[in-house]
Amino acid sequence: MKMKELMLGNKAVARGLYEAGVAVASSYPGTPSTETTEEAAKYDEIYCEWAPNEKVAMETAFGASRAGKRSYCAMKHVGLNVAADPLFTISYTGVNAGMVILVADDPGMHSSQNEQDSRHYAIAAKMPMLEPSDSQEAKDFVIEAYDISEQFDTPVFIKMCTRVAHSQSIVETGERTEIPVKPYVKDAGKYVMVPANAKKRHPIVEERTRKLVAFAEESSLNRLEEGSDKSMGIITSSTSYQYVKEVFGDKYPVLKIGLINPLPEKKIKEFAASVDKLVVVEELDPIIETHCKSLGLEVTGKDIFPLIDEFSQGLIATSLGLPEKPACKPIEGLPGRPPAMCAGCPHRGMFYVLSKNKITVLGDIGCYTLGATPPLCAIDTTECMGASISSLHGFNKALGADAEKNTVAVIGDSTFMHSGMTGLANIAYNQTNSTVIILDNSITGMTGHQQNPTTGFNLRGDPAGKIDLEALVKAMGINRVRVVDPYNLAEAEQAVKEELAAEEPSVIISRRPCALLKKVKRGEPIQVNPDKCKSCKACMKLGCPAISFKDGHAKVDVTQCFGCKVCSELCKFGAFETLEGEAITW
Amino acid sequence: MVTSIMIVGVGGQGSLLASKILGRAAMDKGYDVKVSEVHGMSQRGGSVVTYVKFGDKVNSPIIDKGEADYIISFELLEAARYVEFLKPGGQIVTNSQQIDPMPVIAGTAEYPSELISKMEASGAKVDAIDALTIAEQAGSSKATNIVLMGVFSKYIEDISKEEWAKAVEACVPAKFLELNKKAFEMGLAAE
Repeated sequence: MKMKELMLGNKAVARGLYEAGVAVASSYPGTPSTETTEEAAKYDEIYCEWAPNEKVAMETAFGASRAGKRSYCAMKHVGLNVAADPLFTISYTGVNAGMVILVADDPGMHSSQNEQDSRHYAIAAKMPMLEPSDSQEAKDFVIEAYDISEQFDTPVFIKMCTRVAHSQSIVETGERTEIPVKPYVKDAGKYVMVPANAKKRHPIVEERTRKLVAFAEESSLNRLEEGSDKSMGIITSSTSYQYVKEVFGDKYPVLKIGLINPLPEKKIKEFAASVDKLVVVEELDPIIETHCKSLGLEVTGKDIFPLIDEFSQGLIATSLGLPEKPACKPIEGLPGRPPAMCAGCPHRGMFYVLSKNKITVLGDIGCYTLGATPPLCAIDTTECMGASISSLHGFNKALGADAEKNTVAVIGDSTFMHSGMTGLANIAYNQTNSTVIILDNSITGMTGHQQNPTTGFNLRGDPAGKIDLEALVKAMGINRVRVVDPYNLAEAEQAVKEELAAEEPSVIISRRPCALLKKVKRGEPIQVNPDKCKSCKACMKLGCPAISFKDGHAKVDVTQCFGCKVCSELCKFGAFETLEGEAITW
Repeated sequence: MVTSIMIVGVGGQGSLLASKILGRAAMDKGYDVKVSEVHGMSQRGGSVVTYVKFGDKVNSPIIDKGEADYIISFELLEAARYVEFLKPGGQIVTNSQQIDPMPVIAGTAEYPSELISKMEASGAKVDAIDALTIAEQAGSSKATNIVLMGVFSKYIEDISKEEWAKAVEACVPAKFLELNKKAFEMGLAAE
């Protein structure tokens, strides 16, 4: 039975996986890709899991495809960098049952550390890539991607961006097609990529691309939409297509690209010949534009549209010379509202200790990156998953004892499992007296509470294998391992000072579950007694969103207060009290 | 004709649920609908924006400056922040509650005064209401978002009270349904 539903783009992807008969999905969470796997897990027919990182996820999905069942893995753009190693070689081996890799870009960096354009990977790895522009296409393209994967013997990319992944539009759903298992047959020439075999596979890949170009010329994925005014023709894809239609409706002809790699040649030349001026509208890098230029076409693109940030209908209109829309006047001078660590966040106590002791802190990727923001300003660096630990080793090798006594790495539990372990192996092996702090909040926080190998639960929330961080770190050759409660500032400070002073590598596990977890019980909110408050603002140094300074005194917002009582540890005057006016006790 | 609505507030105030209810009510009415939201970093207490658009045919899922017919705001400063996204004469429905942003907490900025008159001076119509207090009366401060949706529902004439109620029912978990229904009705009745 067909149903219409308002669906998030990512949920529509999951629906597509269901309808396409997919059996196995393995992913690592990353905004804006996470919900595709979470939503797929709601279908009993699809086995879904969180892998420790994207490389493992991609190899797991590939294993399932080779075994003979349709498989899936999803990641954000930077996750694809982690999985790039298997990617380039499974392009050579091809698949058995269909395999789809979803990559979600984040133009505008709503929740990312860079703005890379993943379409380059499709070109570099010589793999087809489909780019939907709304939820219906997300579902339909996923199903078509599996057909392309099996027809052309290749893994296939689905490329999302924030505005397709996290927009809802109406989707007409269909039924699931059960796909019989394709028997696994031993075939060393196809699957053992030693040089002799890989040399034979590379020409097959080039021939596949030639066939895919021919497919691109005919496929309805690349759709011509007529327009009444041929003075301009627009080639576009993804969410940019929606902005173009919003501005111009059916005025100008549009070549809407759904298969972004490989691009058609004849179809584009014919389209260019049918219009007076050719314009390419695409976010980030000039992929379609460069292709047009390689065909010898004159084209307007990045000479008027930015390489930076996401687009909007207004940006396209004004870039093409249309006036700005009249609007209410902006109100100047409003204070910003940057994101901040939540009230009760267990990371705050540890960052307070590090900030107070003026320690150089090499940071990592997660909620705790917010430790870099005022007033704590506790983090010095952030690049990518795992870099805190590896770069701490390099920092300490370069500067020796001077750095070792005053520098730490901070990394979350999930990020440590993702790619922190190998950095720690380097510290244990090549020996720096490094101090690593694992901020263990028992969940993958920033992406919205996904389980990981240290939590003891799987993606569906059922009991699962649980990796013991202390035992793991010890087994890796770190002798000094201690666990502290970051709500206890004195204990945390003592641990940091002692481990920095130690003449061998050490790991501090700063352990307390994320305050937003449902299983975590809120404490009783506390208040400030204005008669006792001496206005010293010591508590304000925590940057807790529940504490502000009003009428000359600190004031607790009881609706926000989590009752962690960390602020009361900083007050020399005992000004923090229970709501009943009693002294805070531990 | 497309109706464009921005739902703004502070991360964690429940703008995703509000947009879900609005989108559902519009879809059940037979409209084409698009909703765009942002997840991740900004949800940690930052300024958050959700776009809801419905009409015969909706292309872009986002709203640009000068395009919004309505802004629904869960916090006063956030209503003011996005006023330039409103068409001249567009309507703001806002909670009068104030939540200090980090620069105010840290003492480097002051919470601005007279925001309602500033918004009116910039060309907006403003309907401000203490939705937090109403939500507490309904049973929980967490229903502030639903109270505001109740207030806002008065402005969308072709979606009836019953149709709104159906959308609320479809979007909230059963165990919170009575609370949310009550919050919606108290918002609708509020002057």
